[in-house]
Amino acid sequence: MMSRTTLSRRAFLGTACSAAASPLFTPVVLAETPGENRLVVIILRGGMDALGVVQPYGDRALRGLRPALAARPGDGLLDLDGFFGLADPFQRLMPLWSAGELGFVHAVSTPYRNKRSHFDGQDLLENGGNAANGALTAGRDGWLNRALARIPGARAEYAMAVGQERLLLLEGEAPAASWSPTNELSLQEDDRRLLSLLYAGDPLFAAALKEADMLSSGSDMERQRNETGATLAGFAADQLNKQSRIAAFSIGGWDTHRNQGRAINRPASSFVEALLTLKQRLGANWQHTTVLAMTEFGRTARENGSKGTDHGTGGLMVLAGGAVRGGRVLGDWPGLGDGALYQERDLMPTDDVRRYAAWALAGMMNLDRSDLETSIFPGLDMGGDPGMLA
Amino acid sequence: MTVSASTIAAIRFGYGYHPDQPPPRGADDLLTQIRRGTRARPIFPVEPIAKRADEVRRMFAIRKASGRSDEFRQMRRKIRHKTVREGVDGLLHRALSPNGMFERLTAFWLDHFSVGFRNAVHTRTLVPFEHDAIRAHLNGRFADMLTAVAQHPAMLVFLDQGASIGPNSRAGSRRGRGLNENLAREILELHTMGVDGPYTQKDVREFAELLTGYGVKLRDGAFQFFPTRAEPGAETVLGTTYGGDPPRAEHAHALFEDLAMHSATADHIAHKLAVHFVADDPDPDLVRHIAAAWKRSRGNLPRVYEALLDHPAAWDAFGAKVKRPEELIVSTLRAGGLTRAEAKAIDRRPRSHIIRDLKRMNQPLHQPPGPQGWPEDAEAWITPQGLAARLDFAGTTGQRLAKARQDLDPRRFAQTALQDALRPETAFAVGGAPERWEGLALVLASPEFNRR
Repeated sequence: MMSRTTLSRRAFLGTACSAAASPLFTPVVLAETPGENRLVVIILRGGMDALGVVQPYGDRALRGLRPALAARPGDGLLDLDGFFGLADPFQRLMPLWSAGELGFVHAVSTPYRNKRSHFDGQDLLENGGNAANGALTAGRDGWLNRALARIPGARAEYAMAVGQERLLLLEGEAPAASWSPTNELSLQEDDRRLLSLLYAGDPLFAAALKEADMLSSGSDMERQRNETGATLAGFAADQLNKQSRIAAFSIGGWDTHRNQGRAINRPASSFVEALLTLKQRLGANWQHTTVLAMTEFGRTARENGSKGTDHGTGGLMVLAGGAVRGGRVLGDWPGLGDGALYQERDLMPTDDVRRYAAWALAGMMNLDRSDLETSIFPGLDMGGDPGMLA
Repeated sequence: MTVSASTIAAIRFGYGYHPDQPPPRGADDLLTQIRRGTRARPIFPVEPIAKRADEVRRMFAIRKASGRSDEFRQMRRKIRHKTVREGVDGLLHRALSPNGMFERLTAFWLDHFSVGFRNAVHTRTLVPFEHDAIRAHLNGRFADMLTAVAQHPAMLVFLDQGASIGPNSRAGSRRGRGLNENLAREILELHTMGVDGPYTQKDVREFAELLTGYGVKLRDGAFQFFPTRAEPGAETVLGTTYGGDPPRAEHAHALFEDLAMHSATADHIAHKLAVHFVADDPDPDLVRHIAAAWKRSRGNLPRVYEALLDHPAAWDAFGAKVKRPEELIVSTLRAGGLTRAEAKAIDRRPRSHIIRDLKRMNQPLHQPPGPQGWPEDAEAWITPQGLAARLDFAGTTGQRLAKARQDLDPRRFAQTALQDALRPETAFAVGGAPERWEGLALVLASPEFNRR
């Protein structure tokens, strides 16, 4: 039985780290599927600011809403298409953009509305449900897990997780183990016998012991103390170069209530490193790879009193990989002028972020539209193909 | 598993049996512990916040005068070591205290009002926060605790309140700055009504306006109300109008009172108490019973604790909860019979072991994952790597314990630490351990020692 609190989390990035900094508690989950196509899902925890990352500098209302945060091309902003610009901390992604391997979907959101809670917002994002109040689907499992169950020939039993926090995205019926490269268990035969006796009557402890014992023997994982974007992505890429075809992990720190211009540098650099590492380490396999990065919600259109932004609604999805048709900002731009904002405060969501995840699953993993619209993303209307894949 | 009331009282509602302390016999003894705990002096001296602020100010003065000199670095290191020492002192205090339920409630409320890591200077406010905001109000009215928390520098800084400025206040119109909703939102979502509570975005906003002016006086690190930052006029939250001109800190107190007595707050915190103390998925009747006492007493916490303890479900199903790593460490120190003299004499090495063990078991000191606090459910802690870390802790602690207590027989240790919660499987395994330290380690690794 999982309680609500289980599913709640907030990464503790976004906070300064002392010398005795703690590792970023985030797992990588992996799964095997047939074929060569690879899918990477990155959960951007904390609510990434859509208007701060891909800035609609061509929208005349932007500077009025964000006197301190709005930038201009050439001055903190890299022009993308004459209307949108990419914020400076993401500069190193520009070669990907030029190569058509990076794209964005603007003004998207999950169905979650109004309460603007990180915890419920993230849970719904990973669960894939349809409830505006954030209520999860009956199974309280992850959409990626439900997708795996419907991929013919998927070998979910090899799904494996690395890290110290659980990721709802892949939780559910299909068994997935969790393991962190920072801990290792080596048991002598005598210990093994005594411990299995000790845990015989306690299924939770017995199962954890079995997995710990199994995973630590015969695994060739790197031992890492700090799981930054680059190490997470490096680990994921190595697995994707072997049998794995799906990987997911999260990068936190996007909850930029204060001094956003500076606060966003850390998560941005972790994210940039993750994408660049994936491209580099995947080599030729990058051509068959789609990366979807999504966040629980966007942030307020107006900057707040402390040069930051508060919890909002419409957000940004990032697409990357050799398999995507990038170099474009997709989505219906709702505008920022009078009456255009959601509840007069947030970027208006004009599309369901799940639609793009669904089309990626359809294109990369051959999933049926009917499965996608009913069991994987209940209540979703996939509509027309947004043409996000090359 | 059915065990005696004494074992439930000691292990579920306290930090476990201590060989030198008389165990609580049941609910009445636990209520006595709460009353005594309120009056008990801290075992380790607590430096007031002004002194801490003074020290930090001196450190920055050195940096200003001589840059990042050796003197500055030394001072910074000294302050960091102090923070770590105090963190461990807090755990040692809990282990030594004869008022287990009071200590556990302290941990519960600290987690309910979770203050995460900001920076090394902010971390200096955590011990005063525990004493001034939590312990001081733990056996009183929830409204008073909420008010103390919302005015404490630890929380104000953690949730950015100092940076929230009324857009039409003098500071706001002069500097063009405005609101920051963080504290207002988390008070509603986490501290009082819960995310399912009947509040809207407009309530969050007006509440944030009502809180403008709340800030920290940098000179002595104390709460200060800054009228120039406060949004003029009255605010309407949940249909009630608060405040007016001129703005005052007390205007928000009226809202804290109303929030403390709101039925959504009663339901939310009753559920959290039941989840924390009794079961991840608690009996709904227990939750209703606690919530009813909250509503009747308008959030008078002694009545709420009585309700928690007088429901049969609270005394049922031993072992439904898994101890969090902090609880595991404190109960291990108790089971090992930690004495005051030992605690006072403990030096740097064992302290660093405690810090490392907490981190390995995924509950690093002073670093909760965020304002929502640590997870409650068993599955979040007993993961393969979580269990591997517990086994490692049990093994190394077993070795240290064997050295420190030369005459401690593992079978007797199992008996005194667990009493009638000891299962035959564990007793058998402990009895069959080839070495003394292994027997002790098996007790610490046993499911019943890791559960409550």
